[in-house]
Amino acid sequence: MSLSATTAPPSPAPPPPDAPARRRRGYLLNRLDLKYSPYLYIAPFFLLFGVFGLYPMLRTAWMSLHDWDMIGDHTFIGLDNYSALLSDDYFWNALVNTFGIFALSTIPQLLLALFLANLLNKTLLRAKTFFRMAIFVPNVVSVAAVAIVFGMLFQREFGLFNWLLSLVGVDPVDWDGERWSSWTAIASMVNWRWTGYNTLILLAGMQAIPKDLYEAAAIDGASQWRQFWQITLPMLKPTFIFVVILSTIGGMQLFTEPLLFGNGNIIGGNQREFQTLAMYMYEKGITNLNTAGYGAAVAWAIFMIIVLVSLLNFLLVRRTAK
Amino acid sequence: MISASQRLWRTSPLTYVALVLAALMSIYPFYYMVVIGTRSLDSINDVPPPVTPGGAFGDNFGRVLDNDAANFLKGMMNSIIVSSVVTLSVVLTGSLAGFAFAKLKFRGQNALLLAIIVTMMIPTQMGLIPLWGMMQDLNWYDTLYAVTVPFLVSAFGVFMMRQYASQAISDELIEAGRVDGASTFRIYWSIVLPALRPAAGVLGLLTFMETWNSFLWPYAILSPENPTLQVSLSFLSYAYYTDYSQVFAATAVGTIPLVLVFLLFGRQIIGGIMEGAVKS
Repeated sequence: MSLSATTAPPSPAPPPPDAPARRRRGYLLNRLDLKYSPYLYIAPFFLLFGVFGLYPMLRTAWMSLHDWDMIGDHTFIGLDNYSALLSDDYFWNALVNTFGIFALSTIPQLLLALFLANLLNKTLLRAKTFFRMAIFVPNVVSVAAVAIVFGMLFQREFGLFNWLLSLVGVDPVDWDGERWSSWTAIASMVNWRWTGYNTLILLAGMQAIPKDLYEAAAIDGASQWRQFWQITLPMLKPTFIFVVILSTIGGMQLFTEPLLFGNGNIIGGNQREFQTLAMYMYEKGITNLNTAGYGAAVAWAIFMIIVLVSLLNFLLVRRTAK
Repeated sequence: MISASQRLWRTSPLTYVALVLAALMSIYPFYYMVVIGTRSLDSINDVPPPVTPGGAFGDNFGRVLDNDAANFLKGMMNSIIVSSVVTLSVVLTGSLAGFAFAKLKFRGQNALLLAIIVTMMIPTQMGLIPLWGMMQDLNWYDTLYAVTVPFLVSAFGVFMMRQYASQAISDELIEAGRVDGASTFRIYWSIVLPALRPAAGVLGLLTFMETWNSFLWPYAILSPENPTLQVSLSFLSYAYYTDYSQVFAATAVGTIPLVLVFLLFGRQIIGGIMEGAVKS
């Protein structure tokens, strides 16, 4: 580092003989550089984000107040899209599906991640890096690939899961034929891909807990189990809230796994057994371009649900971990 | 020493059993993809299911390449181009802005940084529908611009670079550059960027993986004739879902590059993710 400090900056050219005028201009340039160049450096982010991030988001809100045909007319209808949403059976169906899959994926996943993180946190553990990498590797595999592989594992005739079930005498399950079974299959894809990621985040939180707390507890004769409940869990609260909110944002936007599980059918199964909110938004806004305004209302509904659920989780975790 | 090894003995066997099990479950589906992708189609009906790779990979992947509907090679090329451009841009714009936030003083600095942090929490699907319409207006439908330009900057990238720059680069270093008469950009290029290299590397890897794997937006805006790799895989799996060997061979080929990258740089990637978690 010190090497680059002494060698990297260019040594300025020796000042030209006719000094004052040039020096004053140099001074001015220098002032301008100091004052305005920071804005130049942050401009690319704000420009591109403004055009392709912020503007579409606000436009989603504007569109949701219209009867909007993407390649045709649009008329202002106020909040009609939202009131239609409240009595739309398909919307509620998608909401229930999304929450069902969310529960089946988040709860077991976070419990397992907590358990694994606690194991990986042991100071005398060998092959730490190997275990961390092995547990994280599913997150490197693309969602599409995961959905394709799991689609096969859950295949009716020769899928691995039905074969395992047949070993204990259970009849083959039609995984994509029913609500609970398709939810289980989709949740298992999410669990497989994200448990390792959450394990690492929780592990990072655990390692930030001061070690002398444990030493003091050990001297007082507290068992490891007790230490986990009395020290690790309460101290892990902020990290846990972070993980829960991240899972919520991801879970409410679930799209690729159910889409590929149903072979690209945007309504998610013959009877919409596993159509999620994001799929419903896509169906209304992009598959059917003439209901884009309604799709935009679904998008804002998803956003509000995310905010609500995050808030609820936040309060719940804060309360229980006290 | 005795108590330490006793503790090791007391906790270890079950701990290792559990961790090895978790590692196996993590790796198995990936391994299974390789098994099916390298076997001929009829071995799928075997009972019990096959557990070792076969020798039919060339044959399976040949069917992928001959498959006009999948455009697999085109998808691969597109993904390489898009992921590389996005990665380069996110690292450059992120380090430039991160440097400005960490080491320069300007009016509105704190409010703007807060704005960036807030945008990190916004669900990405929020603007999907209007963005689709915008691409129509720009005539970017079914072009690589549509899947590249909106992702050239990242709030996470700016934030990560800012965090790293504020602890890794001392103010004296910047001052020394100023005394030597270097312009702000010169300081960025010759002092800051080299010092940011470790974090920039991790950001680059994470961005590359994310772009390579992204699905919903490319799926919405690209046609099967001009797909990214993931979109190509999805169409392949819709149309040829009975030919598992072919689909799995393609999926394996699309996944292995990232797994190799991860094997090489996994330690750094994991370090980056864990550090980011503690700070935020």
